[in-house]
Amino acid sequence: MADLAIASPSEAAAESAAQLRRGRMLSVGARCALPVAILLGIGFLAPLVAIFGYAFATPRSFDVFASFTLANFATLFDTSNTVWLSFFWSCGLALLTVAILAVVAYPIAYGLNLVFGRWSALISVLFVFPLFVSENVRLYGWVLFFIKSGVLDGTLKWLGLPGGPEVLYTPGITLFGMVYTYLPFMLFPMTLGLALVPRDLVDAARDLGAGRLFIWREIELPLAMPGILIGMLLTFVLAIGATAEAKILGGQSIIVISHDIEIAFTYSQNWPLGSALAVVVTFFIGALTLFALSKLDLDRMLGRR
Amino acid sequence: MLQTIPADPQSAELPPPKPILQLVGIRKSFGTFTAVEGIDLDVREGEFLTIVGPSGSGKTTLLRMLAGMDTPSEGNITLHGQLINDVPPNKRPTCLVFQSLALFPHKSVGENIAFPLKVKGVDAAARKARALELMRVVRLPESYFDKNVMKCSGGERQRVALARALAYDPEVLFFDEPLSAIDYKLKKTLEKELKDLHRETGKTFIYITHSLEEAMVMSDRIGVMRAGRIVQIGTPEEIYGAPVDRFVCEFVGEVNTLKVQRRPDGTWEGVDVPGTFTLAPPRDGAVLDEAFVVVRPEFMRILGPGESADNRLEGVVYNEYSLGSRIQYQVRVGAKVMLVELSRGRALPASADRRVTLGWDAADAFTLES
Repeated sequence: MADLAIASPSEAAAESAAQLRRGRMLSVGARCALPVAILLGIGFLAPLVAIFGYAFATPRSFDVFASFTLANFATLFDTSNTVWLSFFWSCGLALLTVAILAVVAYPIAYGLNLVFGRWSALISVLFVFPLFVSENVRLYGWVLFFIKSGVLDGTLKWLGLPGGPEVLYTPGITLFGMVYTYLPFMLFPMTLGLALVPRDLVDAARDLGAGRLFIWREIELPLAMPGILIGMLLTFVLAIGATAEAKILGGQSIIVISHDIEIAFTYSQNWPLGSALAVVVTFFIGALTLFALSKLDLDRMLGRR
Repeated sequence: MLQTIPADPQSAELPPPKPILQLVGIRKSFGTFTAVEGIDLDVREGEFLTIVGPSGSGKTTLLRMLAGMDTPSEGNITLHGQLINDVPPNKRPTCLVFQSLALFPHKSVGENIAFPLKVKGVDAAARKARALELMRVVRLPESYFDKNVMKCSGGERQRVALARALAYDPEVLFFDEPLSAIDYKLKKTLEKELKDLHRETGKTFIYITHSLEEAMVMSDRIGVMRAGRIVQIGTPEEIYGAPVDRFVCEFVGEVNTLKVQRRPDGTWEGVDVPGTFTLAPPRDGAVLDEAFVVVRPEFMRILGPGESADNRLEGVVYNEYSLGSRIQYQVRVGAKVMLVELSRGRALPASADRRVTLGWDAADAFTLES
């Protein structure tokens, strides 16, 4: 209201009343949240705008916002470009990760809800615990475990056995790393989803003659679906952007799409190309997510409508 | 009493129906807490039996054991003479209508009703036909077949749950307070419908409720539960007219209780209000030194000049409530408050003296052990 000082007293009074009215339109909560909202808005939007700008800049230049060309996109959509291979690796690995996680996490989620009882809290913490350690450090830990003469190989040899399998630096170990890293992100939404299945519905189905498999197929799975689908979506989005697993465990035996972006920004110093790639990938994942969310009618699934 | 086997003109001459379910020495404890302690019960084939008791009396635990969702810690449950203690619910010819109704929210009305048929592997066309038939039985319009079950009103959901249970074609139907969350008027309608349905299907119904009013309307027999035991079982008339103890008596409705003690000469003297009282002989001819006289408010009268009664009390009316067709007066007698219910036609005129004489006949009161 500092600018009020330059206005005449009557104008100032009218204007301050108007401001008061405008001020009242925003609730107290909204006004309190305003500084954080502005900070987040800038912090979140600024890099996106920069990337978007770079995507249309002259290749191998830093003429952001000063030039406009679609050359970067032309390079990307060139069929001879290897980014497509990276893209398929990323998608394929992400899909496999989601599929494996769904199978691995379901029994754990079921156990956390219905079997482990008072141990559930402790077991949940054990699954969260690794998240406190940097992902890279954990992945290097796995390297030490699997490397030749490492923990596994060394122990087996010490026991007089023929040593561990040479799994390091393969696409397979990359997949393993991704499943390992993203387990909590599948497990917790799924646990929540399973917790949403009212037990008396299961009791009722059983009372009406249904066996375990029938109940699982007809009652438990459909009712837990919102949680399961959110877990799947979350892990898919995270896994498609994963890069550390392929670099550290996979030893670059395969290149994933986010690694390509990183290379463009670092080694090749081609920020416009990297930005264009980032824009394409972001739009792809964004579209996929929105599509999935539009299909995923939580209210209907939970029978609220 | 109502006959339990429908549409059988000779049933009056038949011996009482044989028990379909028999409970012998049923106990259930959870850790150190005993929910049900020692229940012996014969459920007759085709009867409408209601177990009534306050919350925490163990009635739901009892029902869960009958339905197979809990196993008794001790005792035997037999169905048609076969031990079923460990038979899981999906292998029992019984079905429970849950308090929550437990309708499947992701399925339509029709799919809910047809669920037990789908379990049995009945094909889709036959399922639909049977579901529509059952919808007629429970008075649901056919157009509801594809309706989302969560969009149905409380009463409609009730009917869906009932139809679904009937689709299972159980020999015994259990009800766990399904009418507790329903408004009064609809509840009255549904009670009558349930009673009709019982007569039409001829199945055995076991109903659990905390409302004796509900039990009175529907049941052939009522069992009153308290602290894990059945304290009395009998027809509604027996429960109302000859309660075995103060608990049952008070459970049936509001009552006036007076503590009395025997004088050496054999007459009864009031403990909390002075006076000499004439008592009906206690149940089973027990000899008591102290007793409770229990008078229902509807048997308590306000005596006009020249009217007489076996027992009299002087008091002051200090409050009155309208119960619709009846009026309840609260009358202070010494330190005690006595309740009197009069029909509207016999209400005290507004100008009447608030000092009244209460009276009741010995035959209208119960004498119970203190």
